[in-house]
Amino acid sequence: MNENRVKISRPQLKLLEKLSNAVGVSGNEDEVRQIVIEEIRPLVDEYRVDRMGNLLAIKHTKTADAARVMFAAHMDEVGFMLVQADTEGCYAFEAVGGIDERQLLAKPVLVGKDHLPGVIGSKPVHLTSPAERAKVTPLGQLRIDLSPGCAGKASVGDYATFATRFWRSGDSLFGKALDDRLGVATLIELARLNPGTAEVLFAFTVQEELGLRGARVAAYDFEPDMAFVVDSTPAFDLPLDESEDENVLYNCRLGAGPAIYLADAGTISDPRLIQFLTRIAEDCGIPYQFRQPGGGGTDAGAIHITRGGVPSVSVSVPGRYAHSPILHARLSDWKNTLALLYQALEKADRSILNADR
Amino acid sequence: MKELIKQLTQIPGPSGYESAIRETIREIIKPYVRETRVDAMGNLIAQVGTKAPGGMRVMVAAHMDEIGLIVSHIEKKGLVRFSNLGGVLPRYLAGGRVVFLNGTRGVINSDRHDEVSKIQPISQFFIDIGAISEKDCPVKIGDLAVFDREFLDLGKRVSSKALDDRCGCALMIETIQRVKQSPHELLFVFCTQEEVGSRGATTAAYQLDADLGIALDVTPVGDILGVKMQVNLGEGPAIKVRDVGHIADPAVVNWMVRTARELKVPHQLEVLDVGSTDARAMQISRGGMPSGALSIPCRYVHSPSEMIDMDDYAHALTLLTGLLSREIKLEKK
Repeated sequence: MNENRVKISRPQLKLLEKLSNAVGVSGNEDEVRQIVIEEIRPLVDEYRVDRMGNLLAIKHTKTADAARVMFAAHMDEVGFMLVQADTEGCYAFEAVGGIDERQLLAKPVLVGKDHLPGVIGSKPVHLTSPAERAKVTPLGQLRIDLSPGCAGKASVGDYATFATRFWRSGDSLFGKALDDRLGVATLIELARLNPGTAEVLFAFTVQEELGLRGARVAAYDFEPDMAFVVDSTPAFDLPLDESEDENVLYNCRLGAGPAIYLADAGTISDPRLIQFLTRIAEDCGIPYQFRQPGGGGTDAGAIHITRGGVPSVSVSVPGRYAHSPILHARLSDWKNTLALLYQALEKADRSILNADR
Repeated sequence: MKELIKQLTQIPGPSGYESAIRETIREIIKPYVRETRVDAMGNLIAQVGTKAPGGMRVMVAAHMDEIGLIVSHIEKKGLVRFSNLGGVLPRYLAGGRVVFLNGTRGVINSDRHDEVSKIQPISQFFIDIGAISEKDCPVKIGDLAVFDREFLDLGKRVSSKALDDRCGCALMIETIQRVKQSPHELLFVFCTQEEVGSRGATTAAYQLDADLGIALDVTPVGDILGVKMQVNLGEGPAIKVRDVGHIADPAVVNWMVRTARELKVPHQLEVLDVGSTDARAMQISRGGMPSGALSIPCRYVHSPSEMIDMDDYAHALTLLTGLLSREIKLEKK
């Protein structure tokens, strides 16, 4: 079984670390894109950056009449934008994407192209009333504080993100933006391992966190026969007390393998592709789980209704604390996600679409 | 008419899982159409006739899918938690019955709650299929269910689950069977995934690139439940003027009204404050497609017991057949 070709060791972890630490808030993905270009250049036949900023890379096949298989992962992360300069190097800011506003107070951030370090400042706890402490502090009452020495070095319109540095602890991976740099790293590995049986179309998309904007044009451009979207999905599986009520809304769980999507707010996964993936997982002994059907969404939401329709499915690496300064994912889940998608890439042909649905 | 509607409503076909209803419809229409095909999104497309001089390429759409439930978790004690596919209203759930695509049946109820006047969110409902444990449960996460509710013949009126939009599908099937002479290339699309946002119609409209689009769907009525709209059950098919997602092309509205008058078909004008139809997806496809919708008035939309008036249905059939059989003049008033 070719599954042993799939491995995640030092180089892959180094790359993930680099991707996680890179700053790439929606609309400003350049830093991430440059890293991906460096990695992907020797692995594909052609690549280009489209008008939206998507990085589109193609690896051709010699197989005649091969399927056009699209893999998509988004380069952008949620973050902030400075909207007003106040005194002493303090800036009012807005959220870019669905940031968790409960998590912002006193978090270190990096601002602008030069990664100026700053902190999100707020009223000290000593001076707040119990009523204030019980609710989320509105963004308008927070400032990004860069210090008086940095006044004038940043400007309105600059992006910012959390300053979290990546680390690994055993099977656990911690870092910012692992949603969706785990997906980005997965696509790069797929390009490296590519068995060459399909026409492979890699889309490293922009602005997913703002509403799948990049994926829409990437899919229009690629016109694939089918699409696999690789993302990160939140896990709420903390071992809290369940003696009274069973936790029935966890979305997915760490350590249980890649989370295959059935239905979310934007997509009903193509039943043929769900079956294709679960059969592979079972045949190869790759653990997997179904992400609980419900809200949320991935780039598949835009891809599957492009042009005449694209059969699509999403697979996510589970992660705790999504859209906060830090995400906790598992190396084993990532590896199993990569193993599953590698097998899918190797076996993907148009006959999958002849199956019952 | 009733028999066809009865047959179609009873087949389970939640959004994204329309294969059973699609195959049934395909078998019924096969003798009447030049060809049928199923596209990437599962839409069933049937072509009737070709474009004569003065004719148009017309897309007519009715959706095959119905609202449904999808399993999200099996509890240790065997209760089945679920999420919705499409606009499932919690107030219609407790005490209802469902049937899964694998044939399993169950009853719906909800967690204990103290404020009986409040309607609970869907996450607090569960399906009890009689299992005593998770292991014993014959359904699993991702399995789909629809309301289990038999067709009820009330004479002039009928009630069933999924009249939205199987009565539109029936209308389209009977139109296919009746249209003998038409100057148009008619592209009948039995769409998928309307209830989650007209996703099937979106891709079908792109592929077909037609000159004109007509959606056939149900519309809520204003004669009950205090909905503020002037569409009543039994007063004829409704010609859509506007809904939340779509302003029908005024020339299309005018054409439909003019034709209804000529054919002496009773009709109503529809201005709807909730929801939309596949006509929306058609209108904004590619460079834009003139589109409108013909609606069958329906009470209790999205409940397990929807209700339509068979006279409205018959009049809709006369009107639609008339619309598609003659030359189409699109002009504003």
